[in-house]
Amino acid sequence: MVKEEEQWTIEAKSSLFDLKLHEVWAYRDLLVLLVRRDFVSFYKQTILGPLWFFIQPLFTTIIFTFIFGNLAGISTDGLPKPLFYMAGITAWNYFADCLTKTSSVFKDNASIFGKVYFPRLIMPLSIVVSNLVRFGVQMVLFLILLAYYYFSGANFNITWAILLFPLILALMALLGLGLGMIISAMTTKYRDLSFLIGFGVQLLMYATTVIYPLSTAIEKYPKYSWLIEFNPMTSLIETFRYGFLGNGSFSWAYLGYTSVLTLIILLIGIITFNKVEKNFVDTV
Amino acid sequence: MSNIAIKVENLSKAYQLGQIGTGTISRDLERWFARIRGKEDPFLRIGETNNQNTNSDIVWSLKDIDFEIEQGDAVGIIGRNGAGKSTLLKILSKITAPTTGKISGKGRIASLLEVGTGFHPELSGRENIFLNGAILGMRKKEIQRKLDEIVDFAGIERYLDTPVKRYSSGMYVRLAFAVAAHLESEILIIDEVLAVGDAEFQKKCLGKMGEVSKGEGRTVLFVSHNMGAVTELCRSGIVLENGLCNFTGTSQKAVDYYLKNQSQFLRSEYTMSNIVSNPKFTNIELQLGGSQPSHTLQIKFKVNKTLFSTAAFAVFGIKNSASVTIMEAIPSLDNYINFENKDKVYTCIVHLNSFIPDEYTVYAWLGASEAETYDWVDDKLGFEIIDSPTPKRTFPFSTRTGSQIANSYLIP
Repeated sequence: MVKEEEQWTIEAKSSLFDLKLHEVWAYRDLLVLLVRRDFVSFYKQTILGPLWFFIQPLFTTIIFTFIFGNLAGISTDGLPKPLFYMAGITAWNYFADCLTKTSSVFKDNASIFGKVYFPRLIMPLSIVVSNLVRFGVQMVLFLILLAYYYFSGANFNITWAILLFPLILALMALLGLGLGMIISAMTTKYRDLSFLIGFGVQLLMYATTVIYPLSTAIEKYPKYSWLIEFNPMTSLIETFRYGFLGNGSFSWAYLGYTSVLTLIILLIGIITFNKVEKNFVDTV
Repeated sequence: MSNIAIKVENLSKAYQLGQIGTGTISRDLERWFARIRGKEDPFLRIGETNNQNTNSDIVWSLKDIDFEIEQGDAVGIIGRNGAGKSTLLKILSKITAPTTGKISGKGRIASLLEVGTGFHPELSGRENIFLNGAILGMRKKEIQRKLDEIVDFAGIERYLDTPVKRYSSGMYVRLAFAVAAHLESEILIIDEVLAVGDAEFQKKCLGKMGEVSKGEGRTVLFVSHNMGAVTELCRSGIVLENGLCNFTGTSQKAVDYYLKNQSQFLRSEYTMSNIVSNPKFTNIELQLGGSQPSHTLQIKFKVNKTLFSTAAFAVFGIKNSASVTIMEAIPSLDNYINFENKDKVYTCIVHLNSFIPDEYTVYAWLGASEAETYDWVDDKLGFEIIDSPTPKRTFPFSTRTGSQIANSYLIP
């Protein structure tokens, strides 16, 4: 009558390494529907609809070009300034969105989580995938700008490293997801962290090579540049730029370092998330 | 465990009282330190029951619960507010983990602690059916197959592609229940979600539930205050009291047990201990007599001896579980309360109208005029009405629609 695999137990303590990934797979339809919900509800009752996805990176690029490029005169390694900034912003935004949205996942979904069980991991995963849609739209904008500069003969070239794009995207998503889950798990108890995350992400952006190239940082602050180099996001953005614009510091060593660190953070993230998920209803 | 659908062993759940958030880091470190030394968690002193009068920071919402539920059984879980019913449901639905103990079982669980969880107002009815179904654990194919049935049950064909924010609240609830009712699960857990919607829909829901448990042979756990619904729909019953599982048996016996013991929950007697010289109630005793729809409440009270010579009045008020005063009993002025050289006993007889099943508290006022209050006893006394005021009517009454009902009958 009832299949053997449908047996279950609920216990007070469960193994730390029971990641419940098979459950997530069983609920994959929910993931798709949640992403669809996010997308549809985002532009319902707006006039510009998905155009809003364009506006933010466009204006940020313009402002960065004026302030950091022209006013402060920070080097862009000889690349066209808007292109340089937009490459950084597009990649950074995806990571930052994944991180901030994931970090408040318990708080935002407390009412659903308190009433029905489904593998909680679905929620952060759906955030990462939803943001992918947004990233895709911004990427189109970036490619249009790229094509424009390409045909007007600007000085840049696309390199083989563009093939690493899927890997970079995956690493950004997983890093944002992992860090976000660690923070979300901690915010259920210590609300202070939710205040930190807002400006923490902004500070982190300045410690990443979004508005300046790594080469300039090493040249100007040889003593402290290790801070920037060991920031896992740096090598991702540098590789991204190297692939699309042919300029940037690319190194297998740093990319490898970022990959390993990302996987470690992700694992810690999933473990803490699963641990907190069981009881967060009582504390939030 | 061939025929057992759910087996609960030694299940306990502790909650921390008071504020969580201040000083938690130091507390967490303390607990962690105790754990690595292999000691007992200092914040979980085992042995206390869910007694709301102790000073401890920890309350055991459930304590060493053991029971088994057979496949295909319909089980009613009854108990007063705070007895641990909701906690038990939350643990069974995997929303929160138990503090100790273990539950094992087989078959997919669908729990309905609330209808319409995860509905998004901007999405259409159709989209919400899929989303809500998926949240409850259905695969897309499954929902597709049942779509017509769901829409039909909810009666919303015309509005299927309208955003649910344009729905009336009744339609919203109907749609939500329809999705949940069509879940294909071996075990169905239902909280008192039926206290929503109009009477016709409530009947439809109860009918559907009966069909699920009796017709389709699924295991159903049903939590309710509605004794009529429990005896009608369930075969067995479990009575929870202060986090303890005190009775398991047939639903009829469980309801009887619950009714017999209810008097000890709501205090029917109040006594003032310290002696004062101004006029006070020294003792009040409630006794509920008669039966629906004409209960009588007998209030026997004592006043102390004082040197006061003015006559006084007493007024008694009845509040429902939502703390709304339903009525006051203002005895006629044929007899006054006099304070003499000895304690005097009075009795006030209150004829109650058709009260709906609920827990009621009684307050007592003693004074000489509206501006001159001698004594005021509030939230100390109460009684409970169990039976429905209209015989055989099983749909739930709710304080939202009034605590008393008008006696009515149909003429064919």
